[in-house]
This record gives sequence, structure tokens and C-alpha cells, in this order.
Amino acid sequence: MARVIMTVDDSTTVRQMVSFTLSDAGYQIVEACDGKDALSKLGDSATIDMLITDLNMPNLDGIELIKNVRTQPRHKFVPILMLTTESQETKKQQGKAAGASGWIVKPFSATQLVDVVRKLLK
Amino acid sequence: MMDRNQHTFTEEAKELLTDLEEALLAIEHDPQNMDLVGRIFRAMHTIKGSSAMVGYDAIASFTHEIETAFDLVREGIVKVSPELITLTLESRDHIAGFVNLVADGGTADEAFISKGTTILRRLQTLVPKVSESGVSSKSSAEIKPEVSAGDQKPILYRIHFKPPENIFLRGMDPLNLIEELAAMGEMEQIDHIDKVTANERQDGDLCHSIYDILLSTAKPAEEIRDVFIFVEEDSELRIEKLYDETPLGRDKWQPLLEAMRASKDTPTSSLRALINETQVHQERVKTDAAANPAVSHHPDQKAIQSIKVPSERLDKLVNLVGELVTVQARLTQSATNLSDPGLTQIAEEVESLVSELRDNAMSIRMIPIGTTFARFQRLVRDLSLELGKEIQLVTEGENTELDKTVIERLGDPLVHMIRNSIDHGIETPDKREAAGKPRMGTIRLSAAHSGTNVNVSISDDGRGFDLEAIRLQGVMRGSIEPDAHPTEQELLALILAPGFSTAEKVTSVSGRGVGMDVVRRSIEELGGRIEVSNKQGQGSTITLKLPLTLAIIEGLLVKVSSDLFVLPLASIKECVELPPPNARRGNGGQLINVRGEIIPYVRMRDYFRMTGELPSIEYVVISEIEGKRCGFAVDAILGDQQVVIKSLGRTYKDVKGISGATVLGDGTVALIIDIPPIIAAAEREREQLVRFDTLTTNEIKNNN
Repeated sequence: MARVIMTVDDSTTVRQMVSFTLSDAGYQIVEACDGKDALSKLGDSATIDMLITDLNMPNLDGIELIKNVRTQPRHKFVPILMLTTESQETKKQQGKAAGASGWIVKPFSATQLVDVVRKLLK
Repeated sequence: MMDRNQHTFTEEAKELLTDLEEALLAIEHDPQNMDLVGRIFRAMHTIKGSSAMVGYDAIASFTHEIETAFDLVREGIVKVSPELITLTLESRDHIAGFVNLVADGGTADEAFISKGTTILRRLQTLVPKVSESGVSSKSSAEIKPEVSAGDQKPILYRIHFKPPENIFLRGMDPLNLIEELAAMGEMEQIDHIDKVTANERQDGDLCHSIYDILLSTAKPAEEIRDVFIFVEEDSELRIEKLYDETPLGRDKWQPLLEAMRASKDTPTSSLRALINETQVHQERVKTDAAANPAVSHHPDQKAIQSIKVPSERLDKLVNLVGELVTVQARLTQSATNLSDPGLTQIAEEVESLVSELRDNAMSIRMIPIGTTFARFQRLVRDLSLELGKEIQLVTEGENTELDKTVIERLGDPLVHMIRNSIDHGIETPDKREAAGKPRMGTIRLSAAHSGTNVNVSISDDGRGFDLEAIRLQGVMRGSIEPDAHPTEQELLALILAPGFSTAEKVTSVSGRGVGMDVVRRSIEELGGRIEVSNKQGQGSTITLKLPLTLAIIEGLLVKVSSDLFVLPLASIKECVELPPPNARRGNGGQLINVRGEIIPYVRMRDYFRMTGELPSIEYVVISEIEGKRCGFAVDAILGDQQVVIKSLGRTYKDVKGISGATVLGDGTVALIIDIPPIIAAAEREREQLVRFDTLTTNEIKNNN
């Protein structure tokens, strides 16, 4: 069974890149366009193995999403990767406090992403 | 060549830029609205992030500065001002220019870049924190030069690692990190448990381990540190070089490990002493980074909620559905002719499937008209500023859906009409005040369904059309006789004539005389019509009546003499028999009594000047358009049917009352009736009759 990774981003471009890159690397991808969408998909789908999320999103932002996911018994220990930008140091710290496992700074390359995902998804 | 990601980026960026523009225009009226600030910030943020992702660094660094400005707005440090909005709108256009440029495979020339610099410099005066050059977006994880393990001597490190207590709740397992270390060379680890209370130890969610590790690796110390990248800040982590001369093999580590096991606080210095004591030297050890097992099987499914499809594919789909509808009609026909119950049943099933398929295919093509409305806010804002007028644009019915082709071709005509309203229609604030109107003029852009049509109307509360000026223009251009007394409608119709303009002077906005006739032509090409109404001094309304769809409709098939016609079913209310006394009466008496309601009707036979024997019973198909009922007398009603509209081509485009043709199941061609012009023609005829009647009556009176 391929491992399932959910990618949450309001940018189609980023979502598509993450999705293409990781499916090429053999993962199964579920896409969500913001935190709210992600939660509803987590609600009805089976367990995911990893979550990759943007921080700045409409409806429900990344930090709140991470906090919420950590309260779900099924996803309490799931690795969560944040996509951040250079200027988001505060957000990054908030994300860590909320329970993010790691971060990758945009722009990143496909190789960098796959490396980080492999690292977190042992 | 753009790759697929760059293509997605340009599509996405265009959407975001539209949204950005909307938000900027909205915030102008509501500067305190933090939701809008958030929306603007987010749009910039996303554009920046995704442009950098696909390698458009220039876009990313420019956008970054605007984002910075709005970040400050978000934090309340900078206030939203009209200057900031104007500048941000310009920035937005600059980014849009950029996106278009890269979409066409071009690169920014110097003029373009200096334009960007100018915008940023101006932004800098408003928001000092912005840098005018645009920071270069530094790549996060810079690629480190690969050092091959074989070239370097392995070095022995001691690593002390106490992970953050909540490491499990951050989705990580310290053992994974240690495994990563193990993959870097030879490794041994000693686990200690931190002093914790019994209660704390009970909580399985927390981690109290301390790891004391020996690692012999040829990889640089930074790479060891990288293993802990995500937890380093919150952990206790010490990486110390123990010994870097002749490699010290794992078999010689025993004394060190014993010392480490004895206490979790064994000083590194005493370990070093131990090594020196034993002076054990080992042959170098080859270290292999454990190859990551390559995972190559494909994911079995993807959850995608919406997809983007090139519109040509959609057009193709609709065309195919059109063909299918025609073939299905043939099938139904054959089934009826053969009267085979099995075949008939299949034909019926196919018919219902095809009908559903058609509705689906058509609905894919329908998009809300609001997508075009959005761009007009900007137009109105910019033009009214330029002309020194105060104008607000009110839009209604943004959710009204229209065929995508119609919407695409509607943009330019609407721009034209709105320009006209701004330039000629709405007066300057002072003039308005003098006329007792509010200083701010209103242009109302609305869309609404009406039967098979969608009406898009643009009305303003400006000065309205000057009928006398139009008449004079008409006389000058020779389209009206100097002594004629044209009706208001006839005068208004002149507006739509080629080259017609009453603008006193040519402004940059409009008045070059290429005007409404271009609009009329594009609307007519879409199968639509234009209606103009006017209240001098109070404003004018131009209504575009557009067909809901261009391709397939539900039609009522009727027979007149030996020919077949299709009436659009959506406009049809009911069908009744024409009582024989009515039928025998000629012109003038074309009214029918339907349950007490008197409804005028047009005899199609007369309208199309067809001959042939009258059937014993005629039928009247009653249509209702915008609350007005009108009947059409036909010889026979054959039933309802989906029809694919085929254009009749240029030659027949001016034939009033026919909007196209269709091919029926048996190959016969039927003409599709365009109801409104027929009703209009009938009304005109009736009016003339009435005029003629009054005239004769008057003459008779006078003669007496």
C-alpha cells in the first residue's frame, strides 16, 4: 500500500507541484485547498500517513489546522510538514508549537521535498 | 517552453490577480475591513510563493515587496490610503503584465523592469520598509556540495541528544533520527531516561529519553546537525569530535560505551582520555550511506475535486453531444417506423440518457456572468477619475449563468457601453448637482434570466439620450427626411447605426464614432438583440437579450403547410385548437380566446407567405415572453424534441423570425423560429392597421 499524504495549499500551483512530485516518488496524494477542506476530508477519509500544509490560507489557516489535527486520536502522531517562506519566522514558531514536525521553505525543489518527506515519513 | 507547473501558475496567477483587483476596489470603500486586507495579503503571498516555486524569481521578488506593505497594513502599522490602493492596483497590473509576458514565453525588457522599480520606489515613499530593488528570494535549503564518503577519513563523534518532550506530538520519533545517523556510518547508542516523576512517566505521549551516541562517519558535522534540523532548536544537542586521526573501528569502542553507560553525564574530555590511553588505531572503515529504497509503484488513485480542461475539449464534447442528439433522433424515428417494442424501449432509454448527457455537457459550459462583471469595477474607477466624475457601478445578478462563448464575446461590447455611459451618460458632479441629482452617478449592470434568454442591461442615471441631437445627426447623415417625424423608438434605433455618434468632442474614452454598431453586430452574431430605452434627463437603459445557449435546445416541432418548424420549448406555455370561426376570418381578427383571456396570434402561414391547403383544424401554440403572451397558428403539432441549432450562415443572417435550422431524425431540415421579431412585426402591422383605421375614420369625419 502506498503511503497517503495529504497536501493542503490554496495555491493550485504549489499543490500540483507537491502532488506530482510525491506521486512520482510513489506516494498517494489527497489534495485540499484550505484548512477547512482538509479537516472535512480528514473527517471522512481513512487515516493519512502525513500532512503537508501551507500556513497562510483562507477559511482555516495552517496553524489552526495543525492544532486541530493534533487533537484527533487518529492523527495525533502523524508527521506534519509546513510550507513556509523566508519571511515567516513567527509563523514557523507558532506552527512548531502547534505540533508541526518540520518545515520546508518555498521555493523548494522536487528533490528537497522528497528528501524531507522521506525523512519525516520513516 | 513552459512546463506544466508554469502553465498552472499562469492560470492560477490570473485568477488571483482578478481576485486581488476585486478586493482592492472593495477596500477603497471599506478601508477598515481586515478581511479584505487579509485577502489582498494572501493573494500576494500566494503569487509570490508559487511564482518562486516555478522559477519566476523576478515576479516573486517584486510581489514580495507589495506583500510586505500589506503585511504592515495587516499589523496596523500602515493605513489603507487611496494612494496605496492606486499604487497596489498599478503593481497588480505590473504583475499581470509579467505573467502575460512569461505565459507568452517572453522575458522582461529594461523598460518593463524600470517600470517595476518606479512602482516600488513610489511604494517606498508610502511604506518605508519596502526595498526598491526587490529582495532576491533566497533559496532555503542550499544544495551542499556532495562529498563522497570515500575521499574523507571517518571521524568519531560523540552526540548528546535530548529531544523535546513533545517530540511524539510533533509527529516525530527520535528513533527515526537515530536511524538516520546510523545510516551515515558506524554507530552505537546508549539510552538514558531523564529524571521524571512517576506521573510524567505514565504519560506515553511524552518523551523522556536522552541519547548518548557514538558515530563514526566521513560526512561533515553539518550533515549530522541537519539530521536534527526540525528539533534542534528545542532539543539539547551537542555534537563533539572525539577523535579524528586514524579511524577507530566499532570493535574498539567498548571502553567508551561502558563509560557512557555508567553515567549520562560522562564528560567528553574523559572519553578522549580513554581513547588516548588505549591508543587503538584501526584501519579505515568504508562507510556507505544506506541507499534509500527507491519506491516506484504508482499511486492507485488521486482525490481531485476539480480539474481544468482546455476549452477546445469542451467545445468538442458539446459538438459530439450535438451529433449524438441528431443520431438519437434518427434512432427514435426508425424505432417508431419498425414498431418493434424491444427497439422502441432501447430508443427511449437512449433518448433519456442523451438528454441527461446533453444537460450535463451544456452545464459544464455555463459560467456565471459575474466573472466578466468584476473587471468593470476597475474600468469605472479609472475612467471616472480620468474624467473627473463621481460614478459608482452597481452590479446585480452576478450568478446568472451563460454559455461560455457568449460570456467571452460579451466582454468587449459591455466595455464599450459602459465607456459610453461614463463619458456621455453621466454628467459631471457639478452639472448633476445643478440638475438636482446626487453628485455621484450610478451605472447599474445587471443580468437576469428571461425565458430562453438572459437579459444583460446597463442603465445609468445620467442625462439620457438627446433625441433632438440624434434626429439632427440622422438628418445630416441622410437616414431621416428633414420633415419626417420619427418615433422615439425609431430615433433610438439610429444609435445602433454604423458611425453614429453625438459626442460633442472626441475624448480619450469614447466618441470616435466606432460605436454601438460594433456592439450591435457582436450581439447579433451571438443571436441576441439590443433594446434601448431612454428618459431624457433621467438616464438610459440598454438591454442585451442573449440566448441562454448556442448549441442545443428543447424544441416543439410543428408543421405549416408542407414545412417543419421548431419553436423553442422554453417559451411555450400551451397549445390549443383554433376554433373554426376564427380560422375563417382573415386579417384583423387574429385574436383567440383562451379561457377568457384574449391573446393575439400570428398565423405562420401568413407570416411566411406560404400557400397550400388549410387543414380542417388549425392549432395555436401560445408563447409567453416576459409576461407577454402571443400565439402562433400552425397546421399540426408534431411533438417536442431536442434540436441542435445549426447556423444558417451569413446569407440568411438578416432574415427576421428565423434563428437557425436543425436536422431532424429522418434527415429533414426544420427552421427554428425566433419568436420576438415575429411578435414585433405583428405588432407593427397591427399599429399600422389601427393608424390606417383612425386615418380613414378622421377622413370620413372631415368629409362629413
